[in-house]
Amino acid sequence: MAEHVTIRVNGAPVTVPAGTTVAAAALLAGVHAFRRSVTGEPRAPLCGMGICFECCLTINGRAHVRSCQTVCAESMEVTTD
Amino acid sequence: MPATYDVAIAGAGIVGAAVADECAAAGLRVVVVEPGPIGGGATAAGMGHIVVMDDSPAQLALTRYSAALWRELATELPPAVEYTQAGTIWVAADDHEAAEVERKRQVYAGAGVRVEVLDARALAEAEPELRSGLCGGLLAPDDAVIYPPCAAQFLLERARSRGTEVRAGTAAELAGVGQAMGPASAIATGIRLRDGELLSAGVVVNATGTWAHELTPGIEVRKRKGHLAITDRYPGFVRHQLVELGYLKSAHSTATDSVAFNAQPRGTGQVLIGSSRQYDAPQAGIDSSILSRMLRRAGEYLPRLAELRVIRCWTGFRAATPDKLPLIGPVAANDCLYLATGHEGLGITTSLATAKLVVDQIIGRPSAIAREPYLPGRRQEAQGG
Repeated sequence: MAEHVTIRVNGAPVTVPAGTTVAAAALLAGVHAFRRSVTGEPRAPLCGMGICFECCLTINGRAHVRSCQTVCAESMEVTTD
Repeated sequence: MPATYDVAIAGAGIVGAAVADECAAAGLRVVVVEPGPIGGGATAAGMGHIVVMDDSPAQLALTRYSAALWRELATELPPAVEYTQAGTIWVAADDHEAAEVERKRQVYAGAGVRVEVLDARALAEAEPELRSGLCGGLLAPDDAVIYPPCAAQFLLERARSRGTEVRAGTAAELAGVGQAMGPASAIATGIRLRDGELLSAGVVVNATGTWAHELTPGIEVRKRKGHLAITDRYPGFVRHQLVELGYLKSAHSTATDSVAFNAQPRGTGQVLIGSSRQYDAPQAGIDSSILSRMLRRAGEYLPRLAELRVIRCWTGFRAATPDKLPLIGPVAANDCLYLATGHEGLGITTSLATAKLVVDQIIGRPSAIAREPYLPGRRQEAQGG
């Protein structure tokens, strides 16, 4: 297994140690607004353990995926609202 | 002693709220009694689909009239009501259902309801997420979607602005209630609250939905349970309210449990998914086997639905009558007591027309449609289940 993986967060490459969650990678990439509430407020990870759903973002085109429960895979495309 | 109110209404769901609003607009003194939140029963549980339906000529007349009333009201509704003219597409899966499209088109067109036949290609263009291989559908572009509890709130607030009183309390007894302290002959008309207080009124309206038989024993209103699920926000996933034409088979099924594909776009981009029908299921809890069946059915029409995240599921109870028509008007034995219940799955659509028919009869005004099919004293022939 490679020691590092590179994903793209809103188009920008981010290289992280293998096993890093997408939530951590997105934070390292400087993302502050992971998703938007119904009224447009920015939201970011709160619980980090899959309960609060605040860290949801779009991974490989699939919307509303919990980034704290998803491990980075090579060439993953991550986008935020 | 003169009555305190002209009309006392039990229940502030969408039907009670609409009746209050219509009474107040007619200048009547009104009180509404509601033990829970406004529109907290079936009103909050349903999809909020304003739909013209043609199970029977009487159902067509009532839904068409009421849908037109909603269209007139639309510009006055606050944003919270989320009135959206999404339109309905009745989806035909096979040749049998395609024939039903043509039959339905003729009936609707004959009643002056705008409809448009979609062939397989037009259907796919209108709703790209539908699976391939469907035969087509019938688009009813004037059907709409609302958020019903806020509509009930709006109607009740408007009634209040015209003097209607709203009382938080539980109606214990309706209409010809005996006066405990008076002579035996002293019968008051009104609503007796559980705490003993009498709200005296010339006319009492029972608009308590599935609870109506508790206040008016003997009326044939049964609970028919439904499940709904709503997804997270996926704007554009569906664009119209999509209903399988087999829905009618489900709605009429004599089997205890049935499901049918019904998907609705919400303004947020969420997809509201129905539907299920169960008699004799008194518990409000989720029945996971019927919920699974319902979602599987929806998935047969929208294959990618399985990739969407459902964030909430709930149930509600429709107030069903044997002949699938609501009970609207005075009870035969007591012309001071009116019923406005039994709307089953169409209470949101038909609430405004119900209110018109009730008030027409209270104040002796002609009605826009015939009232007889909905009168509580009618002879009810059971339709299907």
